Amino acid sequence: MSAEATSPALREEARALGLTDSEYDLVCAKLGRAPNGLELAVFSLMWSEHCAYKHSKKLLRRLPVEGPHLLMGPGENAGAVDVGDGLAIAFKVESHNHPSAVEPFQGAATGVGGIMRDIFAVGARPIAVLDSLRFGELDSSRSRYLLDGAVSGIGHYGNSIGVATVGGEVYFEGPYEQNCLVNAMCLGIAPQERLTRSAAAGVGNHLVLMGARTGRDGIGGASVLASAEFGDDDADKRPTVQIGDPFEEKKVMEACLELLDRELLASLQDLGAAGLSSSSSEMASGGKVGLDIDVSKVPLREADMEPFEIMVSESQERMLAVVEPERLAEVEAVCERWEVRCTVIGSVTDTRHLRVFSGDELVGDMPVEALVDDCPLYDLAPEEPAEQIYPAPKRTLEPSEDIAENLLALLGSSNIASRRPLFEQYDCIVQSRTVRRPEVADAAVLQLAHDTGGGSTAIAVSIDGNGRRVACDPYWGTVEAVLECASNLACVGAEPLGLTNCLNFGNPERPHIAWQLSQSVDGMTAALNELGVPVVGGNVSLYNQSGDGPIYPTPVVGMVGSIPNAERAAAIGIGFREEGHVIAMCGTPQPALAGSELAKLRGEPLPTSLPQADFAAVKRAQDAVRNAVRAGDLASAHDMAEGGFLVAIAECCLASGIGAKLASPANQGPPPSYADLEPYLFGEAVGGFIVSGTREAIDRLAKRVPTDIFGTVGGDSFEVDLGEQPVRLSLAILRTAHDSLLAAFA
Amino acid sequence: MKFGVVRFPGSCDEVDAVLACEQQGEAEILWHGDRDLKGVDAVVVPGGFSYGDYLRVGAIAQFSPVMESVAEFARDGGPVLGICNGFQVLCEAGLLPGALLPNTELRFLCRQVDVEVVNAGTPFTSVCEQGQVLSIPVKHTTGRYYAPDDTLAEMEAAGQVVFRYVESWNPNGSVRDIAGVSNRAGNVVGLMPHPEHAVDPLTGSADGACLFASAAARAVAA
Repeated sequence: MSAEATSPALREEARALGLTDSEYDLVCAKLGRAPNGLELAVFSLMWSEHCAYKHSKKLLRRLPVEGPHLLMGPGENAGAVDVGDGLAIAFKVESHNHPSAVEPFQGAATGVGGIMRDIFAVGARPIAVLDSLRFGELDSSRSRYLLDGAVSGIGHYGNSIGVATVGGEVYFEGPYEQNCLVNAMCLGIAPQERLTRSAAAGVGNHLVLMGARTGRDGIGGASVLASAEFGDDDADKRPTVQIGDPFEEKKVMEACLELLDRELLASLQDLGAAGLSSSSSEMASGGKVGLDIDVSKVPLREADMEPFEIMVSESQERMLAVVEPERLAEVEAVCERWEVRCTVIGSVTDTRHLRVFSGDELVGDMPVEALVDDCPLYDLAPEEPAEQIYPAPKRTLEPSEDIAENLLALLGSSNIASRRPLFEQYDCIVQSRTVRRPEVADAAVLQLAHDTGGGSTAIAVSIDGNGRRVACDPYWGTVEAVLECASNLACVGAEPLGLTNCLNFGNPERPHIAWQLSQSVDGMTAALNELGVPVVGGNVSLYNQSGDGPIYPTPVVGMVGSIPNAERAAAIGIGFREEGHVIAMCGTPQPALAGSELAKLRGEPLPTSLPQADFAAVKRAQDAVRNAVRAGDLASAHDMAEGGFLVAIAECCLASGIGAKLASPANQGPPPSYADLEPYLFGEAVGGFIVSGTREAIDRLAKRVPTDIFGTVGGDSFEVDLGEQPVRLSLAILRTAHDSLLAAFA
Repeated sequence: MKFGVVRFPGSCDEVDAVLACEQQGEAEILWHGDRDLKGVDAVVVPGGFSYGDYLRVGAIAQFSPVMESVAEFARDGGPVLGICNGFQVLCEAGLLPGALLPNTELRFLCRQVDVEVVNAGTPFTSVCEQGQVLSIPVKHTTGRYYAPDDTLAEMEAAGQVVFRYVESWNPNGSVRDIAGVSNRAGNVVGLMPHPEHAVDPLTGSADGACLFASAAARAVAA
């Protein structure tokens, strides 16, 4: 192996690959020499923000990672919680933002494929996918193109592989115009004893690569190296977007699950970002061993790939396993039955080095610890901006005191309109677990066992984020996102067990972004500590910024909760159920217009702070709603969120097609003016719920938590008589407004 | 009563089909590479994306060893139910008339729809009432049933149209609202809606259970 002296040219390569001069010097020090091209490629990826979390790791240590239901925390391919009956739910959310901005269909599809591999890598069968999407405003053709492509891509992968896409969220805001966000979350189920860790073990064991052949797709930063270091090639060697093949992944998944079921694998890891480099070094690091890899054994799509390309390729649908020699024949037989390629490409050693061979030739030799643990971690230099750094949204609605006009504008706004045209493109029912489908309830509900006559336990899952609110106030905006996620679970009677997060931010080396990130993590920490919910794992996506500026800071949280009785959850939803039931608002939210959806439509500047949430009051309301749902007391429950009180009630009407009549509780004095009412009708805050049920049931709820009765369910129109301006709108008119997204898919 | 449920590489709804069958009797997975049908009384060709649906939906699966046996079983009068991708496979294999084309909207669509039982005389509809309306989900990209007019006329005359989407529920532009058909003998039935996803009120509807109950009732009678 040639160990060149440190040359200016090599240093220049390192810079081009994203390593700073001091990082490059550290690489040289760890190796005791200058790296060769392959080693430089591997280090540059392993020490990238994506793999090493070098700008976020110190912050992430603030998050709570312990909890009574936690089985597996951060550090594995996915975290897992105990859901009872000896079962575990593994789950994780991950971003695929940058690829999706380049090619939305494949970017989103491979995002889904990647997160599923994380789930079955820990031995869990994927049972559900959720997604969290952000695009620029829908009046931009680029946003519509990205939306259409991303939704088709998510559907394509999830539908084809037989995993239900049960929920998600999408928002449209100007700052995402150049940097869309595609976050995908997957949940898997496993008997607790089958949860598998990725640490490699057993010197002499085989390292087995399963699945697709390795090609030149997704050779990210290293493509720069391809043209400069090896000097002999051109742009057509450098495709960067990975192409997904759900059929291959389906076979790989079935094979892996069978292999784990039969206890034929010592450990398992998926190949994601940085491909073989990162998966192998992480397995070696976890097991405190070394690995020898012979890249000439790796099945290739193109015959003339360089060793470094094989090491960093991000070709999809590949898994890496450690197999004891005496089990290899059985492993090969299972793979053959599933028509999955399976090749021994190396072995476990005691060297604590990752050694890369090409046949007999040693082409790279790196200490595992240097690759995985020695990347320098950076402190951020957060600085609170003196004023709001985001421009005011574009005005699309003239300020008006007409309640009906404002309500219809909100219902039809891109952030509130029905998501049906999107989620109908997803199979939400395969695997026969889906008890509550999208838009039926605030959280998806999945039964854990089949055919138990309704006696099964269930889980609920929701994914939430509200970038604009976080842009207003990174701390309290993030608190709101976490609390709202828990509120969504409460609406189906679920108690939160664990949370996964994806922190989507701009460039953390900019002080204002560093401040957003730091505040957001602190807010998340505070909310999780209040709720007693740990983080089980997650992902960070930084540098989401372009010449137009950074995205809104967008922490996305996915929460899984437990439900003792699936049948009770099946009876609850957003929609009003029965004429004559009373409608009430439960909780004590303090709604305000600043930072609300209505303020956005009016083009009002973003404020620089949000009201502080009253943790105790929100938790009390969540507990009361959860218990009432579990008791079978309520007919409907819906978290008040974007658009506020009136929008929430209109959504309850539209979900079931039954109208409502709203009147002030016990009239005293003259009817309030529009200006007095506006914050209550359209303002936003966390901690409020719209519930309906019999008078007795609502009275029972009112004994536990402040609950105001506002009206009754019935008819085919929405009547509001709360002030001096009575409103009556037919459900047909509300529905037409709410279906505005259909036009985006026409 | 023993059902056999075929599993191709890329099948997605075979476990759901097994669950639906097990409500009525025993169920066994039939591996695509095996010719042995294990003495089952009825065969279900389930939904999914057999062989990735590469080339054309259902086009490759018809050549699998198990399908040779299924074709023989069908020719001998054995009841065969094709659901979604299974329907596509049976059409490709020539066991059912017509073809499935891409939805008029050219998108995947997952939706609960109302389906009418037009012929209650098949082995998979015998316990249904003629004209009974079932709430069953569809989920597909390629579900627009098509056959030439003269074929359709013959099929209708022979009672081969087994299911129709109720007016305004046709999700994919299928000709004459056809949701499911049978062969001339009536023992092979295919439909795009997923009855195996409508066997439990907890997950949305139990209306689809009657297809599996029909097959079980026939087996008992025989």
